[in-house]
Amino acid sequence: MGAGHGHRLHYHGHSPVHRAPAHLKIATLLAFVLLVVATPHAWVWAFAAYAALLLGVVALSRVPAAYLAKRMVVEVPFVVFAVLVPFVSHGPRTEVLGLSVSEPGLWAAWGLLAKGTIGVLASLTVAATTEPQQLLAGLRRLRLPDQLVQIAGFMLRYLDVVTEELGRMMVAMRSRGCDPRSPRHWPAVGRTLGALFVRSYERGERVHLAMLSRGYDGRMPDLPAPAHREHA
Amino acid sequence: MSEPVLDVRRLAHAYPDGHEALRGVDLHVHRGERVALLGPNGAGKTTLVLHLNGILTPTAGSVSVSGLPVGAPHLQEVRRRVGVVFQDPDDQLFMGSVHDDVAFGPANLGLRGEALRARVRRALEQVGMQDYADRPPHHLSYGQRRRVAVATVLAMEPEVLVLDEPSSNLDPASRRELADILRSLDVTVLMVTHDLPYALELCPRAVVLHDGVIAADGATVDLLGDPEQMARHRLELPFGFDPRAALGHRPA
Ligand SMILES: Nc1ncnc2c1ncn2[C@@H]1O[C@H](COP(=O)(O)OP(=O)(O)OP(=O)(O)O)[C@@H](O)[C@H]1O
Ligand SMILES: [Mg+2]
Repeated sequence: MGAGHGHRLHYHGHSPVHRAPAHLKIATLLAFVLLVVATPHAWVWAFAAYAALLLGVVALSRVPAAYLAKRMVVEVPFVVFAVLVPFVSHGPRTEVLGLSVSEPGLWAAWGLLAKGTIGVLASLTVAATTEPQQLLAGLRRLRLPDQLVQIAGFMLRYLDVVTEELGRMMVAMRSRGCDPRSPRHWPAVGRTLGALFVRSYERGERVHLAMLSRGYDGRMPDLPAPAHREHA
Repeated sequence: MSEPVLDVRRLAHAYPDGHEALRGVDLHVHRGERVALLGPNGAGKTTLVLHLNGILTPTAGSVSVSGLPVGAPHLQEVRRRVGVVFQDPDDQLFMGSVHDDVAFGPANLGLRGEALRARVRRALEQVGMQDYADRPPHHLSYGQRRRVAVATVLAMEPEVLVLDEPSSNLDPASRRELADILRSLDVTVLMVTHDLPYALELCPRAVVLHDGVIAADGATVDLLGDPEQMARHRLELPFGFDPRAALGHRPA
């Protein structure tokens, strides 16, 4: 399984950023992202300041730059889109490297890239420095409705189980001569995903039964946080 | 005789699609007994188990636990008295850490603070998993997860422990360790299993469920030693296994 004992995005460490309370990190991230998104894209200096601040926090967290860089690939589809925008939008044209592109399109692409990159990097930094359980506790501290926190918790808990199940189903398909990557076999892959959905749904029902069996009445009981219990 | 811990009377159950999984089951289990519930695939074993703590509701008949009828007004108390360990530990362990999972049941019963901590510690010690309290359950091995699943139920201090195929998917060492744990516990046990040597090792009494009714009830060693009865209920011993010889070598 992934690095350390957290989730795939978590990077184990003890920096001040790691130790900061989770609800503070979440609230700060939210405020920061809103601020970045609301900034007009002509204020280039403001984006420079955001980036500098963010890189400062990354340096403080001592999460290796390469670790974050690798996970930045989620942004690639947006980059592709941003690169296309100047070519396809209307408005006055300018010349860049001998190509004629739309000027408002260029600004839009810049805004998308700058905001996207800063937002993704900020989120990755919070994810890398916060254990999943702390993240949930933080959401609860921020008064997110308990039902939503429970759902997020179950997602975290069962993500690996469902991914492994999907992995096993793919292996079973390959062993029977079906290559999930070839478009010819996509209908079969689609049916597999349908079966995965049904299996996950049924697992959800079984988990619910198991919870009822242990006296669950719709509310998660308050459990002591790890810090407040002694270790055996 | 004392009041049975589990008292199942003429229990029938039809699933919503009309399939009659149970058609009049009578079963009494007394305090301190360890009973194996045997039967072929589809016999209705899991269906019966789900009635014992009120997850399924009977179409006809009744279940009571130490005199308390299983039904709406006392479901919470029934679920404290009857601890069910499900077949797949991934269905049973849904919290972020082993500690929280074991604490979930007793916390639902209203335990807090030191009382809750003590319960969790004791349950984890009973299954030898006290060093794993802070680990996420999905990073444990299958055998360890099964043990934690047993601990989640022990933490509720049930009067009856009901296990659905506890030895399935365990390697031989984990299977034996689980047997040691079960033997060390001072509770009534009802164990669904296809693992006949395991039933013989742990349970002096065996009950066979076949086509939704109890088809045999008696000493495990007599049942396993009766080839004609075994064949009738689609039960088969592993190649070369001799139940009477095996009992002779059983650890005390
Ligand atoms: N949700 C359901 N809806 C309809 N029929 C069901 C349902 N669950 C089980 N059954 C049917 O009820 C019968 C008894 O099923 P049950 O799961 O109790 O068997 P089992 O003895 O536990 O079998 P196994 O040894 O395979 O676990 C089977 O014929 C099964 O097909
Ligand atoms: Mg079953």
